[in-house]
Amino acid sequence: MREVGQARPAKVMALLIIIKPKIVDPAFPTYIFRLKPKEEGIVYFSFIGYFTEQTTSLFLQVPKSRNQTSGLGMGELEIDKHVQYVLAVEKKKDDFESLVMEHLRMNGAYWGLTTLDILQKLGSVDQDAVVSWVMSCQHDCGGFSGNVGHDPHVLFTLSAVQILALFDRLDVLDIDKVSSCIAGLQNEDGSFSGDIWGEIDTRFSYCAICCLAILHRLDRINVEKAVNYIVSCKNLDGGFGCTPGGESHAGQIFCCVGALAITGSLHHVDKDLLGWWLCERQVKAGGLNGRPEKLPDVCYSWWVLSSLTIIDRVHWIDKDKLAKFILDCQDKENGGISDRPDDAVDVFHTYFGVAGLSLLEYPGLKAIDPAYALPVDVVNKIFFGR
Amino acid sequence: MHGRPRKPLKPEESAASIDKANKLRALQSQFYHIHHNKIYDKEALDLSAKLLEMNPEIYTAWNYRKLGVESNLQSLSDPDSIKSLLDEELRVVESALRQNYKSYGAWHHRKWVLRKGYSSIEREFRLLDQFLKADSRNFHGWNYRRFVAALQNVSDEEELKFTTDKINANFSNYSAWHNRSVLLSHLLNRKAQGFVPREKVLSEEYELVHQALFTDPDDQSGWFYHLWLLDQTVNQDTTLLISSWPVHGLELTLSNNRTEDVRLSSPFPAFNLDNFVHKEGVPLILYFNQAVEGVNSSTVTVNSMLEKNENLIWKPLSTNKSGKAHSWMTYLKIPDVRNSALKAHTIEVSLGHSQGIISSRGCHCIHPTCFRFTLNLQFNDSENMETERSTEMINWKDENFVTSDAFLQDFTPTLLRFNQLTINEGYVSTISNWHVETLENEIALFRELLSEVNCKIAKLTLARLLMSLDIVMSSGAICKQRTHTKEVLELFNDLVKMDPVHSRYYKDQHSLLLMEQVTSDEESLAKHFWYYKELTSSLSQTNFCLRLNKLSLSRIGFLERLLWIQMLDLSHNELHSIEGLESLQLLIYLNLSHNRISCFTALEPLRLIKSLRSLDISYNEIGIHSIDTTRYLCSSPLSHTRASDCHVEEHATVNVEVANYWEALLIFKDMRLTQLDIAGNAVDNENFRMLLVKELPSLLWVDGARVK
Repeated sequence: MREVGQARPAKVMALLIIIKPKIVDPAFPTYIFRLKPKEEGIVYFSFIGYFTEQTTSLFLQVPKSRNQTSGLGMGELEIDKHVQYVLAVEKKKDDFESLVMEHLRMNGAYWGLTTLDILQKLGSVDQDAVVSWVMSCQHDCGGFSGNVGHDPHVLFTLSAVQILALFDRLDVLDIDKVSSCIAGLQNEDGSFSGDIWGEIDTRFSYCAICCLAILHRLDRINVEKAVNYIVSCKNLDGGFGCTPGGESHAGQIFCCVGALAITGSLHHVDKDLLGWWLCERQVKAGGLNGRPEKLPDVCYSWWVLSSLTIIDRVHWIDKDKLAKFILDCQDKENGGISDRPDDAVDVFHTYFGVAGLSLLEYPGLKAIDPAYALPVDVVNKIFFGR
Repeated sequence: MHGRPRKPLKPEESAASIDKANKLRALQSQFYHIHHNKIYDKEALDLSAKLLEMNPEIYTAWNYRKLGVESNLQSLSDPDSIKSLLDEELRVVESALRQNYKSYGAWHHRKWVLRKGYSSIEREFRLLDQFLKADSRNFHGWNYRRFVAALQNVSDEEELKFTTDKINANFSNYSAWHNRSVLLSHLLNRKAQGFVPREKVLSEEYELVHQALFTDPDDQSGWFYHLWLLDQTVNQDTTLLISSWPVHGLELTLSNNRTEDVRLSSPFPAFNLDNFVHKEGVPLILYFNQAVEGVNSSTVTVNSMLEKNENLIWKPLSTNKSGKAHSWMTYLKIPDVRNSALKAHTIEVSLGHSQGIISSRGCHCIHPTCFRFTLNLQFNDSENMETERSTEMINWKDENFVTSDAFLQDFTPTLLRFNQLTINEGYVSTISNWHVETLENEIALFRELLSEVNCKIAKLTLARLLMSLDIVMSSGAICKQRTHTKEVLELFNDLVKMDPVHSRYYKDQHSLLLMEQVTSDEESLAKHFWYYKELTSSLSQTNFCLRLNKLSLSRIGFLERLLWIQMLDLSHNELHSIEGLESLQLLIYLNLSHNRISCFTALEPLRLIKSLRSLDISYNEIGIHSIDTTRYLCSSPLSHTRASDCHVEEHATVNVEVANYWEALLIFKDMRLTQLDIAGNAVDNENFRMLLVKELPSLLWVDGARVK
C-alpha cells in the first residue's frame, strides 16, 4: 500500500467499473469495483486513499450521506431566509452590485416577486407601491424600461406585464397600447427586435409572444411568420440559437420552446433529439450546464428543466440529484442562492433555483408554469378564469 | 453573481467598493441628464463612454451613443471624418468588450456601426481571432463572426476551413463542431464543388470526428457531431406508405348481427359495424414512415362502388395543428344494403402516382403503391342499424382471459394476414454498399473503443449504430426481423446501471425496442393474444385482446403494426405517456391501469379515437403531481390550440373547482366513453365523479358501478 499523492487524473478513473453494490450494513454500503488498467502499471484511486496494482477487485466502504433518507434526500430549502433575502434586495439600492443591476431592476423585481409567490409569501410586499413603480417605467410608446430614466425594451415590457399578472392587476394597463408597441417590433421575416435599435434575437420573439398571450392579443402579430423564424434558428442537434446558425444554448432553447408551446407549434421540435441533448446537460454532480462541456450553474435548473418539462422529457434527468445541487447552492446563513456552491448569491439565481425546485415538485412550493414562467394558478386564472 | 466566491468583503475591499459605487452613481446621474436633454457634444459622449467602460450592460447608454452618432453624422459629409467618428464607437465597444465580452449591448452596437459600411472588416477578423483565442466557446464571438463573414461575402468553404483549424487546435470545441455542421449542410445541400459525392464528404468527416472521439471519449463535443453524421448517413429521405387498415388482400366481413357467431366461419376479420362505424362509415387508415401532408382525394385514389373518390375527406391523425401526421384516415360510407343479405365489394387504394404527399423533411411520396381489400356486408336485422348496442362492462381481471395452443394455431394464419405488409414490395431502396460498409465500419470501431474504455456515450452510439444497421438492412419492409435487437437491449440494460442519472432515458429506448421485438413477427405477437370470455355478445373480433401488460414498458411505439387492434391491455407497465396511440382508430377497449400517467392531458391521443368506449386508467398518478408535463402537448387555451370552453360559471351547479379539472373536461368531453375506471388516483373523489357524470352523458359505469 502506498499513500495517495501522485494520483493520476480522471482518465484512469474512467476505467473504474462498479460491478454491484453489496449491502451488509445499510449505513455503509459496500461497492465492489473492478479495475481495468489501460496499460500495465499502477492504477491509483485518488479519492479513497487506496490503491491497487493491476486488474483486481477490492472492497471499499462509502459512508452514506446523512440526509439520504429525508424527503428528497438532502438539506432543506431555507424558505424564510430566502424571503428575507429577496425583500432586502428590493430595498437595497446603494452598493456597487445593486447599482450595476440598476438598469434591469424590472427584471430583478420580476425574479424577486415570482420567487416570493412560489414561496407563498407574495403577501409580504406592498402591492400598490410595486404597481405604481412599474407603471412609472412605462413610456409613451407603450413599452416599459428596466428602471425609471432608462429606455423601453421588450425584455422589460414582458417583466412588467408578468409582475402585473402576479398581482392580478393587468387592469391598470392600456392593453391595446402595450400590444401595439410589441406588435410594432415584428420584422418582415417574422423575427422580433428588442427595441427601435433593431437587435434581433429569439429571446425577443419569446418576450413578445409570451407578453401578447398574457394580454390575449396574439392576434396582433403574424404568428405563423414568428413561428417560422424561430424554426429557422433550429440546429442539427435539436436545439435553438439566437439567430439562424447560432449555437444551441439552454437559455435560448427555453425561449424558442416556450414560444412554440404558447403558439401550439411544438410539432416543430424533435422532442427525442432535443430531450437527449438537454438531459445530457446534467453533469455527474447533479447540476445542469447550458452547453456541452461547460460548468453546471443553478440558472440552468430553470432553462433546461422548463424546456424538458414542456416537451415531456423531464424524467430523463435525475431530479433528486439536481434538487440537491440547488439546495447546496443556498446561503444558509443569509439567504439567497448562487450559481454554484459557495459562490456569492444574487436574486437572479435565487429565482432560478426556487423556480427549478418548483418544477422538481419540491414540497411546499407553488407550481410554476414552464412556458409562461409564472405560477400555475396565475396562468390558469388568465386562461380559464372569468 | 456568476463565479464570484461567497465571502464577506475585506475592509479595504469594501472601501474600494463604496468608492466605485460613488463614482458610478455620479456618472449615472450625469448620464441621465445628457440623455434626457439630448446633449451629444464631446464631453457628454466621453462621459457615456466612461460609464460604459465601467458597466457595459447599461443598454440605455448604448442607445444614447447611437442617437449621438446619428445626430453628429448629419453635420458631416467627408468620408474621413465619418469614419473617424465611427472608429471612436468601435474603440468604445472594444474597451467595453474587454471589460465584459458577454455584453449583448456592446456586440449589437458594433454590428450597428459596421452596417454603416465605413469600417474595415479585416480589423474585425483580427479582433475576433483574439476573442476566440481567449475563449473559443464565446457564442457572441461566433455569432459576430457569422455576421462579418456574411457582410464580407466570405465563402462557406473558407469558414469551414476556419472551423477545421479551430477543431485541430482543440477537439473539445462544441462551438466549432456546431458551426461546421451548419456550413457543411449548406455545402452538401447545394452540391458545391468539392462536396460531391456526398458519401465521400461524409467519410472524411467520420475520419475527423474519430480523432476527437478517440482522443477523449468522455468529451461530448464530437459525439453530437457524430450523431449528426449518422443521421446524414441513414436518413434516406424517402416517404413511403408502410402500413394500412384494411391491409392488402383482406376480406372483411361487416355485420350488425349479434346473435350469430360469425367468428367461427371467419375468425378474425369480422367487425361489428356499430362499434366504430356508427354513422360515419368504415375507417380507411394509411400509415406513412414520416409525418406527411397533402393526403387527399387527388393524391390518393380509392376505387370502390361504395363512394366516389372525390367525396372522400382525409384527416390527419395528429394531436397538433400542423396538418402533418404519420397516419391519415377517411371513412367509407356504407350503402343501404338492407335488401340484400350479403354483398361483396372490392376496394382498391392507390397512391404515389403524383407528387402531392410530402413529408416534414420535404420529400415526396413518389413510389407508386396499390392495395386491395374486400368488404362483405352482412345485414340481417335492419332495425339495429341506427342504434348503438349498449356496451357491456369490461372486467380486466386475469381470469377473464384465456389462451391455448389450439387457439393460437387457429389464430396465427389470420395474424399473418394482418401483418401482410407487402405494400412496398416493388420498392427499390436507395441504400448502397457504402451505407452498409460505413455503418459496419463504425460499429467495429466503437466495439474496439469499448474494449479499451467503458464510456457511456460510446456505448449509446454503438446501440444507435446497430439499430441503424438493422433498419438499413430491412429498409422497405417494416416487419423484417432485426438481427441486433438482443444485443442492443443488453446495451441499454448496461447503460441504465452505468449512467444512473439518465437511466430513464435508456429505459425508454429499451422499451421502444421491446415493442419492436414483440410486434416484429406473428409468432411473438401471437404470444400476447388472449381471448376475453366475459363478453356475452357475439361480437367476434372484439373478443381478442392484445395484452402487452407487465412488460415494464415505459414508452410505446411501432403502432403501425397494430392498426387493427380493438382491445388492448397495457396495464401494469411504467407508461407516463401514450404518444402515438391515436393511430389505433379501431380501439374500443383500453386498459392503462397501474401505470405512471400523471395528468389527464397525457390522454390527449385518445381524444382522436372516436371508437373508444371503455377506458381503465385506475391506479395511475393522476392528481399527485403539481407539475403537468403534458400541459403543452395537448390542445388547450394555454397553447392557443383550442378556445376556452370550460368557464367556471358554466359549472356553478357542481360544487367543484372547475379550473382544477379543466384538463379532464378538455380530454373527456369529445369522447363517448361508456365505461371509465379511475379509482386509485389522487384526483378521484365524490365531487370529481359528479362532475364527470354530469359532463359526460354517455357514461354508464364508473369504477364498476352503474351511474345511469
